[in-house]
Amino acid sequence: MILAIDIALLVMLAVVGIAIIRLRNLFAVVMLSGIYSLLMAGTFVLLDAVDVAFTEAAVGAGISTVLLLGVLTLTKSREKIPVTTPILPLVTVIVTGGLLIYGTWDLPRFGDPNAPAHRHVAPEYLAEATHETGAPNVVTAVLASYRGYDTLGEVTVIFTAGIGVLLLLSGSGVLRRRDPETPDEKPKSTA
Amino acid sequence: MKHHLIPRVVAKLTIPGILLFALYVQFHGDYGPGGGFQAGVIFGAGFILYGLIFGLQNLRRVAPPAVTTAFIAIGVLVFAGVGIVSQILGGNYLDYDVLAADPHAGQHIGILVVELGVGITVAAVMITIFVTFAGRER
Repeated sequence: MILAIDIALLVMLAVVGIAIIRLRNLFAVVMLSGIYSLLMAGTFVLLDAVDVAFTEAAVGAGISTVLLLGVLTLTKSREKIPVTTPILPLVTVIVTGGLLIYGTWDLPRFGDPNAPAHRHVAPEYLAEATHETGAPNVVTAVLASYRGYDTLGEVTVIFTAGIGVLLLLSGSGVLRRRDPETPDEKPKSTA
Repeated sequence: MKHHLIPRVVAKLTIPGILLFALYVQFHGDYGPGGGFQAGVIFGAGFILYGLIFGLQNLRRVAPPAVTTAFIAIGVLVFAGVGIVSQILGGNYLDYDVLAADPHAGQHIGILVVELGVGITVAAVMITIFVTFAGRER
């Protein structure tokens, strides 16, 4: 049963991926990328990674789609047909993909109990997390307590990325306002 | 979107639920799937839906850009502040055991506050990016 769902999800992922490449209507592409994220979230649920699935559904299918739609209002809704045939990018993608697939041959099998990831600190976390932190969800215990430094680093990354995007997006506005030719077309809200 | 009745009514019905669900995900992260990252994104999505339906001007009135920008930093400071507090109380940086008399209670408080910091930063970043993006004119 799980196998059938796996195959169905992966086939749909492939179909959506090919459709995203083929389509020129960017609105449809944005919608399909949201669907792609939702299918990925379903795949993560099947892999028992509920927290990751949650994040994928919220960020990938939710916020990214809205932000891409926001971009779409600033640009045209149809992709231009490229003038050159993309041979070099195609070769690069095929070679990189081939190397990555070759790399997976050395990975431990899915769910292998002897995989390095399951032998290092994971058994200790699983055995001690509830007893040491009192949090029934081990994922939260690892994220917030055992790996607190890493999570602090991640939040700092989000902080830095947010500030960076903010500077980039509002920077052009400052330049435009300094330009004496164009009047200030964006008055501040009254609030 | 301002003149479409059905999206307006549906948004009015769903936005409180979305925000409430975000708070549930935020503070229930110890017990089930979820936590600061997911809760922050859902909370931000509630505000973004409001902005999409009722217009950017109204969203700016509810969440002024100066306030959301400040909250980007406040979240990180809350997280880092927990580490400072645990150091002052005699533990290592981000060692939650010392936050309360009982290590379990200390861990509980630590995880809760730290996740709150994560949620604040993520939600503020999402809302701010959306407002700056949507505020650009062609």
